[in-house]
Amino acid sequence: MYDFELVKPSSVDEAVKALADEDAQALGGGQTLIPTMKQRLASPGRLVSTLGISGMDGVSAEGGVLTAGGAATHGAVEKGAAGSYPALAALAGNIGDPAVRNRGTIGGSLANNDPAACYPAALLASGGTVVTDKREIDADDYFQGMFTTALDEGELITAVKFTIPEAANYQKFEQPASRFALVGVFVARHAGGVRVAVTGASEDGVFRWTEAEEALGKDFSAAAVSGLSVPAEGMIGDLHGTPEYRAHLVKVMTGRAVAAAS
Amino acid sequence: MPKDHGIGASPKRREDVRFLTGKGRYTDDIDIHGQAYVHFLRSDVAHGRIKAVDTSAAEAAEGVIRVFTGADFEGVGGIPCGWQVTDRHGEPMQEPAHPVLAQGKVRHVGDPIAAVVAETYEQARDAAEKIVLDIEELPAVVDMKAALKDGAPKVHDDLTSNLCFDWGFVEENKDAVAEAFDKAHHVTTLDLVNQRLVANPMEPRVALSDYAAHSDESTLYTTSQNPHVIRLLMGAFVLGIPEHKLRVVAPDVGGGFGSKIFHYAEEAFCTFAAKQLKRPVKWTSSRSEAFMSDAHGRDHVTTIQLALDEEGHFQALRTDTHANMGAYLSTFSTSVPTWLHGVLMAGNYKTPLIYVNVKAVFTNTVPVDAYRGAGRPEATYQLERVIDKAAREMGIDPVELRRRNFITEFPYATPVAVEYDTGDYNATLDKALEIADVAGFDARAKASADKGLWRGLGMNCYIEACGIAPSALVGQLGARAGLYESATVRVNATGGLVVMTGSHSHGQGHETSFPQVIADMIGIDENMVEIVHGDTARVPMGMGTYGSRSLAVGGSAMVRAAEKVIAKAKRIAAHLMEAAPEDVELKDGAFSVAGTDKSVAWGDVCLAAYVPHNYPLEELEPGLEETAFYDPANFTYPAGAYICEVEVDPETGKVRVDRFTAADDFGNVVNPMIVDGQVHGGLAQGIGQALLEACAYDENGQLVSASYMDYAMPRADDLPMFQVDHSCQTPCTHNPLGVKGCGEAGAIGSPPALVNAVIDAMQRNGRDVTHIDMPLSPARVWTAMQG
Ligand SMILES: Cc1cc2nc3c(=O)[nH]c(=O)nc-3n(C[C@H](O)[C@H](O)[C@H](O)COP(=O)(O)OP(=O)(O)OC[C@H]3O[C@@H](n4cnc5c(N)ncnc54)[C@H](O)[C@@H]3O)c2cc1C
Repeated sequence: MYDFELVKPSSVDEAVKALADEDAQALGGGQTLIPTMKQRLASPGRLVSTLGISGMDGVSAEGGVLTAGGAATHGAVEKGAAGSYPALAALAGNIGDPAVRNRGTIGGSLANNDPAACYPAALLASGGTVVTDKREIDADDYFQGMFTTALDEGELITAVKFTIPEAANYQKFEQPASRFALVGVFVARHAGGVRVAVTGASEDGVFRWTEAEEALGKDFSAAAVSGLSVPAEGMIGDLHGTPEYRAHLVKVMTGRAVAAAS
Repeated sequence: MPKDHGIGASPKRREDVRFLTGKGRYTDDIDIHGQAYVHFLRSDVAHGRIKAVDTSAAEAAEGVIRVFTGADFEGVGGIPCGWQVTDRHGEPMQEPAHPVLAQGKVRHVGDPIAAVVAETYEQARDAAEKIVLDIEELPAVVDMKAALKDGAPKVHDDLTSNLCFDWGFVEENKDAVAEAFDKAHHVTTLDLVNQRLVANPMEPRVALSDYAAHSDESTLYTTSQNPHVIRLLMGAFVLGIPEHKLRVVAPDVGGGFGSKIFHYAEEAFCTFAAKQLKRPVKWTSSRSEAFMSDAHGRDHVTTIQLALDEEGHFQALRTDTHANMGAYLSTFSTSVPTWLHGVLMAGNYKTPLIYVNVKAVFTNTVPVDAYRGAGRPEATYQLERVIDKAAREMGIDPVELRRRNFITEFPYATPVAVEYDTGDYNATLDKALEIADVAGFDARAKASADKGLWRGLGMNCYIEACGIAPSALVGQLGARAGLYESATVRVNATGGLVVMTGSHSHGQGHETSFPQVIADMIGIDENMVEIVHGDTARVPMGMGTYGSRSLAVGGSAMVRAAEKVIAKAKRIAAHLMEAAPEDVELKDGAFSVAGTDKSVAWGDVCLAAYVPHNYPLEELEPGLEETAFYDPANFTYPAGAYICEVEVDPETGKVRVDRFTAADDFGNVVNPMIVDGQVHGGLAQGIGQALLEACAYDENGQLVSASYMDYAMPRADDLPMFQVDHSCQTPCTHNPLGVKGCGEAGAIGSPPALVNAVIDAMQRNGRDVTHIDMPLSPARVWTAMQG
C-alpha cells in the first residue's frame, strides 16, 4: 500500500470539498478499495471516508420508496428493509460474510459496479434512482458497463432510492470461489409492469432482460419464461462457466425468482 | 467404555489452548532486534530471457540496504532435489539447476528475479518498483503433452528436452501385461486428469534468519514440517554451512499439507543475506505470493486400462501418466509420481500384472510436489474410477466387483514391489455399507426426485502406504535421505519427562497424543510428559512430518527410547529394592518385585538417578535419558472404504454432498478424537479437490486462479456431517505401537467416491455420462449433462 491521507468529513459538503482534489477518492467500507490498494493496483493520495457523514447511513421506507443512505452498510440494509422490502433485505443479507456486511456499503457497491455484484440487479429491477451530491440518476441511465457508471469524477452517492415492487425476488447462483453472483437475477413485479435485471452474466455488466419482462407482464409465472432463451453471445466465459452456461442460468434463475417472488 | 487416559483415550488437544486464544507463536510472530525485510521481485511472465536487471535506482531508494540478483548467487549452490529417479532405460533423470534467484532465464510466473532488503517492508516494496527489467519474453509451455513435442520451447536450454524422466514400473512386466490385455475378456479404458491444486495452509510461509558474526552461527526460523531436513539441504547443498553452525527452528506452524516439507529459495536467501549483511533478514509471504511460489500439488494426466475375465477378475492393469514437475524440481517432486504412486497401483486388489508408465515433464509453471497424500490419491483416484467404470460396462455391482478381487490373505506381496502386512478390506467395506445406510438409498432418492434433484451413490476402497521406509530400500530407489526417525526421552529428577521428537507437529496434535503413549508405558499422568519438537538445537535429529509417518515412525522411536529408559529405571529400582532387575515390574507408576510387597515409586527412582547417594554407580551411570533411532522394516498400510451420496441439480449442474461415510483401518488408535479430526480434515480437502479446487494457467503461463476470488477452497457449508469409523483394526505387524497412520486417508479416499456418486446420479437418470474431470463444478457437470 502506498501512503495516503485519510479525511473523515462529517457532512456531505465537507466530503465534496475534500473530494475535489484530483487525487482524492471516496472510501466506503473499504471492502473493495482497500484490497486493491494493498495490491498496489490503486494509489489514491487522499481517502474521504463516507462512514462518519451524518444522515448518510440510514435506511427508511415511505410512500412506496425505500431510501438507503449512500454509506448504509449491507447489514443496515438487511435490517432496515426487512419489513418494507424483504427481497432487498434478503439480497443484502447474502452478500459476502458478516464482516463484509458490517463494513461494505451500498454506495460503495453501486459506485464500483462490479459485473458480479448484487445491488446493481436490485436497483435496476426496482427502477430506482441514485442520489448524488449533484443530482438524481435514473437506474436505467446509471449503469454503463462493467465497473462503469454515470458518476462524474468526485461525485458522491449520498442515497439510493428503490421503488418497492408488489412482489420481488432475487436468485443468486454463486460463483464457487468468490461467492459473488455467477448469475444473479432480480425479478420485480410493479403495478406498471415487470422488470427483470441480470447481474454476473454479461460482459456489459448488469442488464434488463426485456423479453422476459414482456412475457412476465402478460403471465407472471415461471412457465412464461421456460420457452425463452438468452443468446450466449456477449455473456462472460471464464474458469467458472462458459457463455452458454451463463445464458442457460439466466433463464433458470429467472424462473426460480418468479416462482419465489412475494 | 471409552478410556479416560492413556492409549485409546481422547483427552482434548492441549495445544489448542494456545492456538484458540491467539497465543500460538508462529514464525511471523518472531521479531529480532535490528531485523531487515526482504521483498522479492518476481517474474510476471512465464518464460523469458533476462537481458538486464538495473537495480541502481532501487539501491538508491530510501531505506534500502542492498538489492540482490541472480549474479550474487554465482558460486552458491542451487535448491536441490531429494530424490533421483532412474528411467526405463537405466538413465538418471534430467536434473536442471535451480538457482536461489533466477539466472539467465525466468521460468514461471513468480520466479524470483531480485530481492530488495530494506529497513521496512514498504520500503523494500517501493524500491522493488524502481528495478528496471529487460526481459525478452519467450513462448511458454504449459500443457505437458505439447511440452514433449518436437520443437516445443525448452524450459531449460541445457537439457535435451522437457522430459525429466520416462519411468516404467515394473519394466520387466511390460510385455506380460500387454499379453494379458490381448487375451482379456473385457478391457475398460479411462482418460482422466488429476488437476493441479494449491495447498493453501492458513499460515503463509515465512523465513527469518539471524547471523552471529562472533561465532559464525546462522539461525533460520521457518515455516517448515521438517527443520532438520532443511538444515541438511540448505546447509550442505546450497550455502555450505556445517550443521554445527546452522540452527533451524520451525515453531508453531499453521498447517502445511505437504507444501512446507520442501526447501525453498526464500529460506536460503534470508540465511545468505543475513550473513552478508550481518543483520537479521525476514520474509513473510503474502497470500498472492503463496499462490505463485508455494509448491503446487497433483497435476497428472492419465490413461488407465483394466483387463478383466468373464467373472470380472482383474487380469492386468496398465496406466500411462504425464506428471507435471513445473519449472524446477522441488525437494520430493520426483518421488511423488513414481515411488509414492506406482507402488500403490495394486490398491486393495489381487491384480497379478501391473505396468505403470510415468513421464515427468518440465513446464513453465510453479514446481509441483507432495500435497496431502502425494501420489497415493492419484493412484487411488484412477484405480477406483476405472473399477467403477468396468463394473458398469460389465453389469456387475461395483461393491461386488471389488469384493471379488479383494486381497484376503496377508502378508501379500503385490506385483508392484510392496508387501502388505495386514488388512481386512471386507471388514471396512461392511462397516461403511452399514453406517452409510445404503439400504435406505432408494427412499432418499425418491425424496430427492420429488424436489427435482438427482441422487447418486458412489463408493470406493483405498489403500495407502505410510511411513515410507526402510532407509536401505528407499536409498536403492533413489532417495537422497534416510527415512528413520529419532527421539530422546529425558526424565527429570522429580519424575517428569520431556520427549524430544524429530516429528514435527503442525496441526496433528502430537503434544497431546505422544504423551498418551508414554503415560501408558509408565503408568503416570499424561501431564507429566512434555513434547519438544521443531528445533535442531533441541532435538538430536529428525526427518520430519509427512506421509502420515509421525506416530508410526516418530512414535515408534519414542517408544524405543522410553523402553531403554524403563530398562535402566528397573535396574535402579532393583538396586533400591535389593532385587534382581528381571524380577522388577513397572505398573501404575510404581516398581515392584513380583511375589513380594516391595515397591518403589517412579519418582523415587528418578530422584535416585540424579541424586545417586544410594545407587549402583559401579554398574550404571547416573541420569535417566535415552535416545533411539527407529528405522521401520516396511511401510504401514492403512486402508478403508468410503461412501458418498450426492444430490445433483439437473437444471444448474450443482452438486451437493449429502452424506459421506469413511470406514478406515488405521490399526491401533491412540487418540480417537484426534483421528476423527484428521479424517475430517482429509475429507474436506478431498471433497475440495473433487468439487471445488483447481489451479489454472492460461496458454501463456499466466496463473488464472491466483487468489480466492477464483480458487475455490472448501468451506464448512460445502460439507455434510461426516460419518467416520475406525473400529476395524488390523494392527501393523512391524512397529511397536501397531499403528498405521491416518493423516492422509481422508484426502486419498474421498475424491473417487464423490465422482463415482455423481456419475451414478447421471446414469440413474438416463444420462450416458461415464466421466467428468474434477473439480465437478456446476458448469462442468451441466456441460457434461448436455451430452
Ligand atoms: C469476501 C467478500 C465477499 C463479497 N461478496 C459480495 C457479494 O456476494 N455480492 C456483492 O455484491 N458484493 C460482494 N462483495 C463486495 C462488497 O459488497 C463491497 O463492500 C462493495 O462492493 C464495496 O463497498 P465498500 O463500501 O466496501 O466500498 P469501498 O471498497 O470503500 O469503495 C469501492 C469503490 O466505491 C467508491 N465509493 C465508495 N463509496 C462511495 C460513495 N458513497 N459515492 C461514490 N463512490 C463511492 C470508492 O471510491 C471505490 O472506488 C464482497 C466483498 C468481499 C471482500
